[in-house]
Amino acid sequence: MSLKYESQIREPLVYGNKNYHQVTEDIVRPIEAKPTRLWYIGFFISVSLLLFGVYSVYREVVYGVGEWNLNKTVGWGWDITNFVWWVGIGHAGTLISAILLLFRQGWRTGVNRAAEAMTIFAVMCAGQFPIFHMGRVWMAFFVMPYPNTRGPLWVNFNSPLLWDVFAISTYFTVSLLFWYSGLLPDFATVRDRAKTKLRKCLYGIASFGWTGSTKHWQRHEALSLVLAGLSTPLVLSVHTIVSFDFATSVIPGWHTTIFPPYFVAGAIFSGFAMVQTLMVVVRKVFGLQDYVTIGHIEAMNKVIVLTGSIVGIAYLTELFMAYYSQSKYEGYAFFYSRANLFSPYGWSYYGMMACNVLIPQIFWSRKLRRSLFVTFFMSILVNVGMWFERFVIIVTSIYRDYLPSSWSVYYSPSIWEIGFYLGTFGLFFTCFFLFAKYFPTIAIAEIKHVLKTSGESYKNDMSEVENESTEAFAHKYAH
Amino acid sequence: MAKKKFVVGCFDEENVLFPAVKKVRTAGYKIKDVYTPFPVHGLDHALGMKETSLHTAGFIYGITGTMTALGCITWIFTKDWPLDIGGKPHFALPAWIPIIFELTVLFSAVGMVLTFCYLCQLAPFVKKHHFHPRATDDLFVMVLECTDQTNTAEAESFLTNAGAIEVKTEIAEEGWWFGRYDKETMFFEQKTVIA
Repeated sequence: MSLKYESQIREPLVYGNKNYHQVTEDIVRPIEAKPTRLWYIGFFISVSLLLFGVYSVYREVVYGVGEWNLNKTVGWGWDITNFVWWVGIGHAGTLISAILLLFRQGWRTGVNRAAEAMTIFAVMCAGQFPIFHMGRVWMAFFVMPYPNTRGPLWVNFNSPLLWDVFAISTYFTVSLLFWYSGLLPDFATVRDRAKTKLRKCLYGIASFGWTGSTKHWQRHEALSLVLAGLSTPLVLSVHTIVSFDFATSVIPGWHTTIFPPYFVAGAIFSGFAMVQTLMVVVRKVFGLQDYVTIGHIEAMNKVIVLTGSIVGIAYLTELFMAYYSQSKYEGYAFFYSRANLFSPYGWSYYGMMACNVLIPQIFWSRKLRRSLFVTFFMSILVNVGMWFERFVIIVTSIYRDYLPSSWSVYYSPSIWEIGFYLGTFGLFFTCFFLFAKYFPTIAIAEIKHVLKTSGESYKNDMSEVENESTEAFAHKYAH
Repeated sequence: MAKKKFVVGCFDEENVLFPAVKKVRTAGYKIKDVYTPFPVHGLDHALGMKETSLHTAGFIYGITGTMTALGCITWIFTKDWPLDIGGKPHFALPAWIPIIFELTVLFSAVGMVLTFCYLCQLAPFVKKHHFHPRATDDLFVMVLECTDQTNTAEAESFLTNAGAIEVKTEIAEEGWWFGRYDKETMFFEQKTVIA
């Protein structure tokens, strides 16, 4: 009953002959059932990785940053690469939930909850790297501006590294609030049908006493819309500011004005790839194929091919500018260190080009966009490529300083550096496994909201609406 | 906190709910609320509710954030501890835009969510009376508020005629209280006094 109809030609967003109760059943069932053996195995692997990561970080904290193979020239190595990589992944959730909400894209309802969860976990992982890169991590609170007894000595508000502190913490907070406010009604759904006392108690606490009152829904809608409006520039600002960490420096290869849009496009690219990796598995394991349809997968693959091409244009622009500027140092960074298969890290540049620019072009084919196997395989390749991109940007720009005397030996990570990275995978998947088991992985209320206009069994009724005159339609539905 | 009498009618179709709301309101019954499992667009207008001004609050919080960031950074870098950073001006507005923007968003988002929770009385351990457990599943639950003069039987049959699939009369607590959902809260009125 809203001023909206869905054209019959469009693919349904919900397959099957569903009613509202059926939607609740389908989505809440995995929460109420016992976890499968596969879940336990996955969870166990994640926790083991997490523990290995904790030990790696423990060594770094106790013995210092010397546990990593960073050197005088390569001061930022795997840690900042991984930071930027995880932050990038953490961009898809808010993009799906905020920007697609403003653009009124109905398909976001099927994937927004899991994507937002993924965002929050990815940002949690990202945050670990700069914090532990500080070395003396117990002094991490020095990045906060607070009146202190050292002068007071304030932080440098003109520094992009401090902008990052504000950007990432704001992004995490706002994403969390957005996600949780959307979860309230769904927790209430789980609570009201809970059979066991414990579940009733816990979901009762988590749902904050939500009743579904019309006034509350009205405020909830206003809240979601304004949060979406706020998150849209926020999500663009976060990776823009991350790119400022590089772009405001004078290092050849970093000192580029196209970094902000190029980083944002790359972030969306890798974020969507991670959503694909997770959703292809989740929909299968929990039997949610009716809600996360091939249409959803295809829509996300379209975003991937678009953003991948934007990133590709950015790479070519960089190369062109390095040539056109006739700056010796730029030329060295791009044509010797990067686009040169025989330079020490040339393999990473070509890996990046292949995974991010060339291979995603297969998604121009509809058949491949709609293939689950290809999607899953591609989603992993894209994230490998995006990791290469950050590695290329960071390491190939700094491994040779201006003075040949300070050129570094070949940088390869130590086991504890790799362990830290694996540990964040552990953290990410531990959180995601818990989320998938105990939270409604699909926004129940939002699916119900689009069910009668976009559900498969209701689409036929839309032909009546389609044949109505504009006046009759407006008269009936506008209040 | 006082208990009141309510007549409850449950609907399972939006197409039935909207005309029913109209009928009930013209008949002069006072609708306390309609509980729905998802936001039904237009229902707030059909019930004669005003638009929410939550976004205005969000704007005010946002401006507060902007002013806080701008004020603090200006004071710190021009008055409290002017720092020479590469000979650049102390009042370096363009370099502060990122932080000012982030604080605007942060204040606005946090403020709005807290206001939303306050207005809707939402918090952990808050408990309210639920007229029907399926109100968060698949039913639209219309609740009429009764006065001493209300004939509940008449109201019930009115709702049935309007298309309700289930009707009942309940005496319930109107507000919220602290409690857990796995335990029934006992109110004073329910206790039997042994003389």
